[in-house]
Amino acid sequence: MDQLPIDEFLTDLCPFEKQLDLDDYLGEAPRWCQGCGDLGILTAVQKLLRDNQAEPTEVVCVSGIGCSSRFPYYLKAFGFHGIHGRALPISTGVALANPKLKVLTVMGDGDCFSIGAGHWVHAIRYNVNLLAMVLDNEIYGLTREQTSPTTPLGTRTRTTPKGAFLPPLNPLQLMLGVSNLSFLAQTATWLPQHLLATLQQAYRHQGLAFVRILQHCPVFSPQAFGEGGKDAELMEFLYHVQGIAIDPALERFGGRREHDPADLATAQRLASEREREPLGLLYQNPDLPSYETIRHAALAHPSPAEKLTLLNRRLDRLAPEG
Amino acid sequence: MAIHKQSVKEHILEIVSDAGEGAQKAGEVFAKTAARMGNGLWTEAIIPAEIQPPAHGVRSSSGIRIRFGSDFVSNGGDLTNLALVFNEMSLLSRLQIGSLADDVIVIIDDIWSKDPSREIREHYRELLDGIRQRGGRVVEVPLQEETLKIVEEPNPGKNMFALGLLGFVYERNQKLLAAVVSEAFQAKPAEVLRSNLKLLDAGYQWAKVHLDFQFEVPGMQSRKPMLAMNGNQALALGSIAAGFELCSMYPITPATSVSQYLAAIFEEFGGFVHQAEDELAAIGVALGANFAGKPAFTVTSGPGMALKTEFMGLAVMTEIPLVVIDVQRGGPSTGLPTKVEQGDLLSSIFATPGDAPKVVLAASSIGDCFKLMQTARRIAEDFRMLVILLSDANLASGVQLFERPELMLDEIARPMSAGTSHKGDLAYDWQEETGLSKRLIPGRSKEVGMTSSLNHSPAGLVRSDTESNELAHRMRSHKLAALQQALKPPALHGAEQGELLVVGWGSTRGAIEEAVDRLRAAGQRVSSLHLVFLNPLPPGLKEIFGRFKQVMCVEINYADAADDAFVGEGRRYSQLAFLLRAQTLVDVDCFARVCGRALRPMEIAEVLEKKLGGSP
Ligand SMILES: Cc1ncc(C[n+]2csc(CCOP(=O)(O)OP(=O)(O)O)c2C)c(N)n1
Ligand code: SF4
Repeated sequence: MDQLPIDEFLTDLCPFEKQLDLDDYLGEAPRWCQGCGDLGILTAVQKLLRDNQAEPTEVVCVSGIGCSSRFPYYLKAFGFHGIHGRALPISTGVALANPKLKVLTVMGDGDCFSIGAGHWVHAIRYNVNLLAMVLDNEIYGLTREQTSPTTPLGTRTRTTPKGAFLPPLNPLQLMLGVSNLSFLAQTATWLPQHLLATLQQAYRHQGLAFVRILQHCPVFSPQAFGEGGKDAELMEFLYHVQGIAIDPALERFGGRREHDPADLATAQRLASEREREPLGLLYQNPDLPSYETIRHAALAHPSPAEKLTLLNRRLDRLAPEG
Repeated sequence: MAIHKQSVKEHILEIVSDAGEGAQKAGEVFAKTAARMGNGLWTEAIIPAEIQPPAHGVRSSSGIRIRFGSDFVSNGGDLTNLALVFNEMSLLSRLQIGSLADDVIVIIDDIWSKDPSREIREHYRELLDGIRQRGGRVVEVPLQEETLKIVEEPNPGKNMFALGLLGFVYERNQKLLAAVVSEAFQAKPAEVLRSNLKLLDAGYQWAKVHLDFQFEVPGMQSRKPMLAMNGNQALALGSIAAGFELCSMYPITPATSVSQYLAAIFEEFGGFVHQAEDELAAIGVALGANFAGKPAFTVTSGPGMALKTEFMGLAVMTEIPLVVIDVQRGGPSTGLPTKVEQGDLLSSIFATPGDAPKVVLAASSIGDCFKLMQTARRIAEDFRMLVILLSDANLASGVQLFERPELMLDEIARPMSAGTSHKGDLAYDWQEETGLSKRLIPGRSKEVGMTSSLNHSPAGLVRSDTESNELAHRMRSHKLAALQQALKPPALHGAEQGELLVVGWGSTRGAIEEAVDRLRAAGQRVSSLHLVFLNPLPPGLKEIFGRFKQVMCVEINYADAADDAFVGEGRRYSQLAFLLRAQTLVDVDCFARVCGRALRPMEIAEVLEKKLGGSP
């Protein structure tokens, strides 16, 4: 008997074949240094997409320039490796063009908090529907060890050989002061489960979900964040029913504090006092409409013929006899 | 009173007041009425530098300049024949920029002759004497006095009296004039309209009794369907006709009004205007939208172009289609924000660091502003290229009557072209010769693709070897060659050969062609060529140049004068001349000024005559 020509009937959409697994999100082999925290973030994002069964062709990963911004090459999805500091405007354009796409924006600390600072503040205010991650290693990696806005005071870098002159920028404090902020969380590369849980919550959020990820860079800033999480005194996990679940095993990485993510004032205080680096969900307002929702809601949907009629009518008004 | 009536083919009229006194409004109504009476038309706004400048000063003058006639009008023309000014400082401002003809008729409010300030009274007298001495005529009218007989506040109000007066002087159809006034005040309370109509009539009646001259400016013979609008409106409406759905911008004079016109109507067409936080974000959002399949453009002026440069390089490198409109103003830096210059040609072509081939087009008329939006979008998408469309401050606010373009269903509903959707498709599947390729569009393609600002392979993967870098550069460059091969050689205005060929681009077209026509009528062997495509240049230029003894560019940008004694062999040429010399190796000369206003046909004619070595 002839073989059943079943292939003809199976499409890519065949529900039984649809299960996407981690392999479906593997891009090029990563070329980051050994022990680079970015590797763990890549794995977490791949798991995130797998868990959500996101179709790679429906995911757009936009980045700026930096070690961290090589991310899109290593993830199988639509990738856009842009220019330094400008990942957010490109992402905004993508989200405005096609709200069905899942947009992941990956930036470094220099990329977002320094050269891209203008876009950073405004992206938060626009509240476009996207997941923005800053991979913050408190140093410029790709250009090899220059000071970044988040480099701690006194840190020796190649542009500050006698130590950084200024106290570091406090990105959480700044973001918690921007109107229309809808989601802000912080996590770290040495906490894979917390990282994934945070990204999960951010992924589900409608609006701009901003996640600052403390990133271990063993090459240029190995000492940062208590040598990549070794000092439990420096960190504090925020927990709440609406927040990010923490498991008891995390205790060796930091203290705990209950924090309601709806409580902006407390979030601001925690961020500004900075006694300990807060890890978890600082703030979430699930009710803010995203910018593209607002803009698209006002649009008419005329057919081509109707458009033509409308435009002709507009021109009629500019005709001398009109 | 016996009325001396003169029939003229055209007239240039200026109405100038202090900012806020409504000269512009009166002028707009006059222009609209002229258009309806079939006159060819070109109007220019006279704009003060500040929003509410101190009154009664040269810099506070605001108004309109209207050239109208019995033929199609392609430019602002030469000198003003009749100026209606609300005060002597308005008059002075026009004298200072050399706008008025020697035999100008000045109609002025006589209230200043009775001003309590002796200084003003004397200044007023002095200026009017000056007008008479140079051969002009002064008509003093009680503008404010008569206005106050009808309304309690002279401003606005005087403007309608003045309009009525001009209605008599130019034999305008009174009913029509009143109808256009009614349209203009549609949104205002009925009472405002009523008093305006009263003032209009009063002005007309006053003139009928007191003035002894009238001009007749008949309408055009041909009555093809026409439209009257300015260049920025044409860009805005043209963008809808071209099927754009997003305008991403940051406000900057003189480009902003493109987006303002759009903001008012775009949503009913399913499109919208995004005001970004700065020019970088504006182009970034447009680029991101095009990347994801929504036709988007950005619009700016010189300082904004400078900021967008890095993003333009990204557009070239990633081959994401993108249209950038540059409504040029005087530069460098903040320069002359409200005034015209053609100073961005070379920076548009070359300013992006690295080799970044892109298409540069320039609108030469209001009609071009409308049509070229479609051309720009099609080239951007079919060739996966950055297209810069140049306009300028002269086109931006100049209102012209032009033939109504036919709208096409295909254009207004053109889907984002050239997406591919097959598994295995590459992000840059360059055709070997032309460099053309299809795009993978997120959300539409079955294959994911990497879009990278780094040098990349056809698959979009990062490459830093010589071979792939040279290939990618050649592919991007060949697209320009492919486009050039598709272009026709440009058509000449005038004879196919001769003594002198004038080459121009952008808004100077009307003035250059008018100057050429005058000289040809006087027997001179001069022709002109106007370039819409500036990068790539159209084919055949060298051959065309060879048919003329001399070739000369006329532009509104900087060049060292040929007779500048200080400048030696390093003479700097105007921008198009620079380009044509490099491209054709022909010794192209240039005449260029940074005068901050449109070039006049007469000054161009004078330069050409000199170049031809004699007077006609
Ligand atoms: C306009 C521009 N300026 C400067 C650079 C050089 N540059 C590349 S990456 C970078 C900083 C990278 O640091 P960061 O953003 O913190 O990312 P990381 O490499 O640490 O992940 C700089 C300054 C550039 N590519 N473009
Ligand atoms: S330099 Fe640091 S951030 Fe960059 S790849 Fe190496 S470890 Fe990662």
